[in-house]
Amino acid sequence: MHKDSNKATFLFSSGMVVVIAIMLSVTAITLAPYQAKNIRIEKMRNILTSVSIDAKFKDAEKLFEKYIIKQVVLNNKGEEVSGSTKAFDIDLKKEMDKAKTRNQDKQLFPLFVCSKEGKSLFIIPVRGKGLWGPIWGYIALEGDMNTVYGVSFGHKSETPGLGAEIETEKFQNEFTGKKIFDESGKFVSVKVIKGGTDPSNPYGVDAVSGATVTSDGVTEMLERTLGNYIPYFKKAKQ
Amino acid sequence: MNYKSEVMSTGTVTTPVKTKAPGEGLFSAKNRKLIYDPLNDNNPITVQVLGICSALAVTVKMKPSIVMAISVVVVCAFSNLIISIIRNSIPNRIRIIVQLTVVAGMVIIVDQFLKAFVFDVSKQLSVFVGLIITNCIIMGRLEAYAMSNKPWPSFLDGIGNGLGYGLILIIVSIVRELFGSGELMGTRIIPESVYKMGYFNNSLVIMPPMALIVVGVIIWIQRSRNRKLIESK
Repeated sequence: MHKDSNKATFLFSSGMVVVIAIMLSVTAITLAPYQAKNIRIEKMRNILTSVSIDAKFKDAEKLFEKYIIKQVVLNNKGEEVSGSTKAFDIDLKKEMDKAKTRNQDKQLFPLFVCSKEGKSLFIIPVRGKGLWGPIWGYIALEGDMNTVYGVSFGHKSETPGLGAEIETEKFQNEFTGKKIFDESGKFVSVKVIKGGTDPSNPYGVDAVSGATVTSDGVTEMLERTLGNYIPYFKKAKQ
Repeated sequence: MNYKSEVMSTGTVTTPVKTKAPGEGLFSAKNRKLIYDPLNDNNPITVQVLGICSALAVTVKMKPSIVMAISVVVVCAFSNLIISIIRNSIPNRIRIIVQLTVVAGMVIIVDQFLKAFVFDVSKQLSVFVGLIITNCIIMGRLEAYAMSNKPWPSFLDGIGNGLGYGLILIIVSIVRELFGSGELMGTRIIPESVYKMGYFNNSLVIMPPMALIVVGVIIWIQRSRNRKLIESK
């Protein structure tokens, strides 16, 4: 059989694909536990960033234990669910999919209670769509469950220099001090406004120029996710 | 399948170069040359001007540059080795696909290791580890060297070219981190008192164009000192 014959070419490529596939699977399976641990630590760091605690990779676990005093799981009526699932382990993507398949009553919402400098802060994980892929983040509310204490956003593949700017401190700092309920107590969320807004506007922040889809994604993400927690806020305030 | 004895068919772009005569030592003068030649006389970045794109992107800080350099050395050396081992059985018509698959496999493995053991650096390098696949240096070495040479010299050639690339990367990153952030490997080098006297970090150095200028300066210095690189008119 000549090595350039069709048969040899076919056999060679099939064999190569199988060998490479086995190599990759073995690597992926062996390294999976280490990667999973890194992702957990990264999640802890992101949660801590939303309350302005800069955790290094090494001490993120300790700081998380220290500051996050309570993890709560809520259902869509705002009641605490006592179950085996911890708030930290809830996969937001799966919970969002439940809403799509009309299983809203089975949705679970994680909430983290943080104690920092004597204040209680409520940290809510959010997740939505950017231009190229998912965007996510954590929004921390002060004890009044209205004023934003801080946010941290992340993204998978937004355009560097445009959509990716949501990850910068400059954009995230704009959220501090904004309010999610208006004076009459109606839920308005915080909107990312294209074309800019007055810094004194308590319900809006400046969009990143040129990143319309990502900015709208952030607005939608905050409005929808925070909306899920309104029943809980109302109960807690009474 | 025994086609090892068969002569390579037509269509190969490369001219076979014989490097290792029988009985030659593992680190003979010829083999040593494979390592140090790409560091200077035949540097992939400054002489062949390949792999510039990633050299601009990852050189803002020293730590990601070092990790990137190591990754490229590993990918380049092992893909050279693998391709060289199977070079006589690769069907000529699909050789580029075969090379690409091997390189892609290596890159994914390296990426998985980075994610498992140096997660923060892997996040900074993000897409650029994956883009090692498209780094012209690696495919270039496979086509020009590994396809027509024995495994051991090919392996050394891979290490040499990876190091040549890494060397430039690290030099550029030292300049950029020192003048752009006043730090090296994340440790402050330029003391606080200098800043108080009115010194500023040069933010232009952090931008990608400055990397190109630094590479240009390196090429200039190298060409003015290395007689072999001066073209005759």
